[in-house]
Amino acid sequence: MILMLALPVAALVLLSFWTQNGFELDRTLTVENYAQLVRLSDEPTIWFGIPFYFAYPVPAILMLKSLVMSLTATIAVIALAYPMAYFLAFRITRNKAMWIILITIPFWTSYLLRVFAWKVVLGFNGAINSGLKAIGIIDQPLEFLLYNPGAVVVTLAHSWVAFAILPIYVSLEKIDRSLLEAASDLGDSKLRRFLRVTLPLSAPGTVAAALLVFIPTVGDYVTPTLVGGPGGTMIGNLVQELFLKQNNAPLGAAVAIMMMLIIAVVVAIFLWAIGYRRIRARRM
Amino acid sequence: MPKKFDMLWLYAIIFIMFLYGPVLLMPVFALNDGTFATFPLKGFTVKNFASMAANTSMILAFQTSVKIAVSVAVLSTVLAMPAALALTRYRLPGGGPIQSFMMLPLVIPSIVIGVALLVIILKIFGIQLSLWTVAAGHVLICIPFCMSVLMSRLEGFDPSLEEASSDLGCSAWQTFWRLTFPLALPGVISSLLMGFIISFDEFVIAFFLTGTENTLPVYLFSQLRFPNKLPGVLALGSLILVGSAVLVIAAEIIRKRGAPSSNPGDY
Repeated sequence: MILMLALPVAALVLLSFWTQNGFELDRTLTVENYAQLVRLSDEPTIWFGIPFYFAYPVPAILMLKSLVMSLTATIAVIALAYPMAYFLAFRITRNKAMWIILITIPFWTSYLLRVFAWKVVLGFNGAINSGLKAIGIIDQPLEFLLYNPGAVVVTLAHSWVAFAILPIYVSLEKIDRSLLEAASDLGDSKLRRFLRVTLPLSAPGTVAAALLVFIPTVGDYVTPTLVGGPGGTMIGNLVQELFLKQNNAPLGAAVAIMMMLIIAVVVAIFLWAIGYRRIRARRM
Repeated sequence: MPKKFDMLWLYAIIFIMFLYGPVLLMPVFALNDGTFATFPLKGFTVKNFASMAANTSMILAFQTSVKIAVSVAVLSTVLAMPAALALTRYRLPGGGPIQSFMMLPLVIPSIVIGVALLVIILKIFGIQLSLWTVAAGHVLICIPFCMSVLMSRLEGFDPSLEEASSDLGCSAWQTFWRLTFPLALPGVISSLLMGFIISFDEFVIAFFLTGTENTLPVYLFSQLRFPNKLPGVLALGSLILVGSAVLVIAAEIIRKRGAPSSNPGDY
């Protein structure tokens, strides 16, 4: 079983050290693909005022853009999911299972369809535009709604928010209620009690939720393809393009490996920065 | 009533609306008598649903998807069962790392899994892409889900029952079939349903690994670029949504009935 999982990744790593030679695959091991990704050039490619000193800047730019977009989506997801998880854990006493099912159903329905639904909502002739036009607020459809990074972030946040609620909810639910009473008895206001007891104790679940959203969204393919348009492409689109359209699978593999490594590094830095070990230790 | 109570309730209701709103627009527009998904609504019609019956490529894709999803559900449950048993029953050396490793497909972007499998299948084994390759990819991503469902069920009952069974003279095989399996049955059923749903809805891996035949999501994706196909897509989408929702609710009810654990944190 382990082999079954390790094999695809190992094959991908192997492939990334080969090169594509026209239609032939050159099977001599080389780091050429990686070299191509990091080769420097004197002419910087400017993207949003940030100079990229790379000879082939597309992967680096898309990577940074994907990280920023998915980080924004993750923050939005946590901000949306936390109050809802709090509501589930502390306000709902009866029919808890029903509420949880209500929240998880959208997560199990087709991802493709949920993304497509946003296209229907935001589109040029979509629900928002035609709705606003019908009640006479606008004359012209708003074009900034669809096919940009913002649309991708909104869609990603919506698609993943249900997924983030459960870990946060579980960690809130585990909090010993007597701790909250103790805090109140010792004179903490509700806000202080939340900030000093509830929030720190639910941090592990919140961090887990953030990672569960952040890691898969960086490499998402469906959402940027459907609602991103030319300006909203992400690194996943590049991988797909290199594999299927440009027929340069080895370079695509190298991009995919780099993507996973960069995600791992970002996650590690993030966990180190917030002192995750300390948070976990405190829970014990 | 304190004021905070109202605010959180209000938030919860708005949240649910946000969660369901875009998705529920699909059936609304599917039942609308118009070519575009626009307000104001023109009139009620079921012609979008009626015309689906004549769409042979859609029906073919649907059949393909069902076939794949059923085999994936069975196969991944069968494969996940021994692993779940091993991890819950025996203190395996390195059980922790193995368990986290098994959960890897949950966090690897599916496009990476898709291309990695593509590499193995085409470049290393030289196998032609077909529905088999799609099914293999789906089994890979379903196993972690099936395992966690099965494990939570297997952890829920007393291992001394199994000891008693072997003390009373049952072979390991008899113990499994007469004791473990019936007790784990609710978990097995929800694992099957989960595998079915995941495989049925999965797009990216199917998109990479399919040969000439389309699964339903791949078919849907190919239709999305034609604006005049929109009503049909909306109708199909609505049906899929209803079907998935029914399956999820069924899976949850079966699991809840099987596990009368009242521990609220143990979802």
